[in-house]
Amino acid sequence: MTAPDMRIEIGGLKMRNPVTVASGTFGYGPEYAGLIDLNRLGAITVKGISPAPVSGNPTPRIVEVPCGMINAIGLQNPGMEAFCRDYLPFFENYDTPVIVNIWGRSVEDYAAVARRLDGEELVAAFEINVSCPNIKEGSKAFGTRIDSFRRVVDAVRAVTAKPIIPKLAPQVASIADYALAAQDCGADGVSLINTIPAMAIDLATRRPILGNVVGGLSGPAIHPVALKMVWEVAGAVDIPIIAMGGICEAKDALDFIVAGASAVAVGTENFANPGAALQVLDGIEEYLKANGMSAIDELIGSLQT
Amino acid sequence: MNKAPIEISDAIVSDAVVVEHSRITGGYRRLSLRVPDIAAKVQPGQFVHLRVPHLRDRILRRPFSVFKAEGDELVVLYKCVGIGTDVLAYAPVGERISLLGPLGTGFPDPDPGNCPVLVGGGYGAGAMYMTAARSARPGIVFIGGRSAEDILCAEDYRQLGWELRVTTDDGSLGRRGLVTDALDEWLDEQTDDARLEIFACGPHPMLKAVGERAIAIGCRAWISLDRPMGCGVGACLACVQKIRSASGEWEYKRTCKEGPVFECRDICWEDEA
Repeated sequence: MTAPDMRIEIGGLKMRNPVTVASGTFGYGPEYAGLIDLNRLGAITVKGISPAPVSGNPTPRIVEVPCGMINAIGLQNPGMEAFCRDYLPFFENYDTPVIVNIWGRSVEDYAAVARRLDGEELVAAFEINVSCPNIKEGSKAFGTRIDSFRRVVDAVRAVTAKPIIPKLAPQVASIADYALAAQDCGADGVSLINTIPAMAIDLATRRPILGNVVGGLSGPAIHPVALKMVWEVAGAVDIPIIAMGGICEAKDALDFIVAGASAVAVGTENFANPGAALQVLDGIEEYLKANGMSAIDELIGSLQT
Repeated sequence: MNKAPIEISDAIVSDAVVVEHSRITGGYRRLSLRVPDIAAKVQPGQFVHLRVPHLRDRILRRPFSVFKAEGDELVVLYKCVGIGTDVLAYAPVGERISLLGPLGTGFPDPDPGNCPVLVGGGYGAGAMYMTAARSARPGIVFIGGRSAEDILCAEDYRQLGWELRVTTDDGSLGRRGLVTDALDEWLDEQTDDARLEIFACGPHPMLKAVGERAIAIGCRAWISLDRPMGCGVGACLACVQKIRSASGEWEYKRTCKEGPVFECRDICWEDEA
């Protein structure tokens, strides 16, 4: 039997298979390049980039909790110029499309990063981070107020013809409304979910464990929550979905695809198992073969309810 | 921000096999693993990121500094301090354990023109053994702990021919007091402080105090830090430490990548409670 056709498209973004990595869990690419073959990934999604350098939150920035972890990194990044100069050329060695996660503290910031990176051939698409729970100003409100959300997506759409993929916040009354707004503003796809706002306390000191007090929960704990949201969004919009939230193995990714996602991103599990994304990819392909499917398209949104 | 991002590490993921696992003293254990492809590459002061088997709902790896790396095997010393190490303690001989490593930037080789001075607290005493074993000349090692059961590796350093000073908070072994008390006493006897070179690993207050001594007497001190860690490979930016930059400002450096070893003058300790 021939190998199933794993190719998917999100706007003009052509992926050889539906598996990417979640922004923030995979650095800028080189960190994992010695551990896995980056050319096997469907896309590489890099850590969030803002116009100017950002030093991030005070430490501690991470705490492990049952079935997950809470992080409050604070989007530490070198800024868009240093990213283009120091990090982006690395991808000349690979033929995997690069999705750049972009964020800002104002609508103008988002437009500025998208405009700057629009001219970079190595940038295949933008993931618009409107939902990081660890930034005190701006960014959080963009993901949880639909008027601000629209303004950001509009502003990015106005400065680039590359595919744009807003990343949706889970802490809203109806995530489908945000996906519809994204579609309405001309987004090529949506990704979901970002981490869920969370915190942890050290009872010995009665202080928050994280330097930022609060952070975002990721890992297998959030998979069922993400799955329900992906299913809701899939029922509401026509644009493709990149699903993420607690994928540890192929089964978790297959759940998302059956629920309606066209692509999936492996996040926290990369830390425990750097080979996770490729194992998920192999598992998806095996599932398609075992079920006599010739293309991933046959599986997307095939949930029977 | 990191100025040299495009460096691909030679770390690998490998299934290690437990060849020996024993309680040393108190809650301390010694774990010997057969893992030829990592053991061959480990440099002094580097660490391995270990996935504790059967940890069920706890998902992250745990970093362990390497005590010894000989032939196909490496040895780590640890203390049961939480759910990860408590479960690890049950790993039987023959169990397979996933290791990611070797990781981080470890200790530089001691300058042969200097007298190497090691300062270790608790299981931190093991992290400098490879440095001592490689040193062109023997030096002196200070090992401190709360009580006699917290003093590890003394015999290992003695066998290398190193001078040994032990302190315990309760006086149950060696001199009563802090390891820095014994260090101060010895430093007072030295005539050429600039020819000393310190290597330290242990609790943060101890490391900070050792760094202050080094700055006061004008010698170098290489400090191995322990920070809550996520990926271990420089991707997640969880384990960062404020490090002084050339401009006199500070920047976050990754303990897992640019560290865990930093020169004491570069470390900004203001985060410490």
